[in-house]
Amino acid sequence: MSDSTRRGLAGSGSGPTGDGAVRIRDLRVELGPRSARRTVLNGIDLDVSPGQVTGLAGESGSGKTMTGMAVMGLLPAGASVAGSIRFGETELLELSPRRLNAVRGNRIAMISQDPTSSLHPMLSIQRQLTDHYRAHTGASKADARDRALELLDLVQVPDPATALRKYPHQFSGGQLQRIAIASALMCRPTVLIADEPTTALDVTVQAGVLRLLRGLCDDLGLGVLLVTHDLGVMSALADTIAVMRGGRIVERGTRHQVITAPEHEYTRSLIAALPEHHRPADGKDPS
Amino acid sequence: MTELLRIEGARISYRQPGRGRIEAVRGVDLTLEGGAVLGLVGESGCGKSTIARAVCGLVPLDDGRVLHNGRPVRPLGLRRRDAEDLRIQMVFQNPYASLNPRRTVGSQITDGLRINPDRSAWTVAGLLGEVELERSAATRYPHEFSGGQRQRIAIARAIASGPDLLIGDEPIASLDASLQARVAELMRDLAVRTGAGLLFISHDLSIVRVIADDVAVMRAGEIVETGSAAGVWDAPQHPYTQRLLAAVPKVDGLGTLPG
Repeated sequence: MSDSTRRGLAGSGSGPTGDGAVRIRDLRVELGPRSARRTVLNGIDLDVSPGQVTGLAGESGSGKTMTGMAVMGLLPAGASVAGSIRFGETELLELSPRRLNAVRGNRIAMISQDPTSSLHPMLSIQRQLTDHYRAHTGASKADARDRALELLDLVQVPDPATALRKYPHQFSGGQLQRIAIASALMCRPTVLIADEPTTALDVTVQAGVLRLLRGLCDDLGLGVLLVTHDLGVMSALADTIAVMRGGRIVERGTRHQVITAPEHEYTRSLIAALPEHHRPADGKDPS
Repeated sequence: MTELLRIEGARISYRQPGRGRIEAVRGVDLTLEGGAVLGLVGESGCGKSTIARAVCGLVPLDDGRVLHNGRPVRPLGLRRRDAEDLRIQMVFQNPYASLNPRRTVGSQITDGLRINPDRSAWTVAGLLGEVELERSAATRYPHEFSGGQRQRIAIARAIASGPDLLIGDEPIASLDASLQARVAELMRDLAVRTGAGLLFISHDLSIVRVIADDVAVMRAGEIVETGSAAGVWDAPQHPYTQRLLAAVPKVDGLGTLPG
């Protein structure tokens, strides 16, 4: 990883501590049949801290989604994993499936790109919000319903009581993504993995969801791992940005550093690929 | 003079099971000249794709007309398309669905060449070069290519037939952000260089700003604003256009929340 610049931010040292943080060190993942084994993550170091949005940028196939999946323990069957993913004091890679289930969806939650496929089409919104909450907390149906109403209100879904009785097809994409966020937050996770959370949404709807995510970080102290290829979304939401390519982090820094003064050639090429009037005004021209 | 494309008072509706008819396009007028690029922007469900489909004759109009070189486009039916209508070509959003997975890239581009009125205009190798792919791509199959490469192949196939009107219906929406501007520019350059008009449909105003001469902003089946791409970007008049532009996240590294 000699090609990784600005390692100091998260690459070495103690990193964040405490219950709410995820600390990834030297994460390596290999996939595929023995004859064609591929290294998809090649020594990833990354921290997700409470109240902060950690951005993970890169193109398709760079490994950014795989990194989020590794934290969730959702890597494809047959994947071999090495390195460390610590959540507070717990080493996630060493947990039994049962102990991992107690963390996943409960302390660390995830939202994905397409809310129409992450929500179950045949379950009411109430069940989507309360089933996992009751399984994790043992709450009564009435308590779970109260919590669901509270969260639908928080994510600004109009008329929460009616919404609970409806089904996913009765909502627009933006409303569904809000509901998916509410569902993810039910168990009061400290970390949210957001994999392209606004890519399927219209820009005006995207703006609302970005504001919501920022508010959740600031108000609830939620730590967000934001995975996206959209530098506009990155610039709006991420506090720090790590740029991935070919399973490695090639550059990391604060949002402002990475976007306006990229050091790695690859980051510069990503910024140069933006439409001209859309590039940062004080960004270096790579040519 | 007759325009390359003239849409007059187009109204299009769909029947929805159990919910009656919904009017997707409610009286739209648009014109496009050869060699020019018109960007049609708007959010999901505004009717922009329906217009693209109507221009190709894929959906019938309830009212109004779509004129291609002054001649109404005939809705696609079971009979063979008129030679004139074959000069309208479309590049779809999803290159994974629009290319035939069981035929080589070369043979699919040859389909286009076969209906080109100017038989000697292109060769398969020449077209692959134009879209920045290796000559050897001709003997390979679509699954061997990435999304961006497949969209280049779809563009090559559309250009192969020598269209005078090229339509891109969100042709870059499924590509990585870093490829979008490049593929959009490639499509624009090829269309303009061959003298064709390009109707480029997108929800992404920042890309349309770069490649379109004029832009039309659509909302709920109606055009709310038209003008030069630079003019609309710099000084949007309609409140909806202003809202749409304000919602585009700025790549300034300052954490500015859009909207």
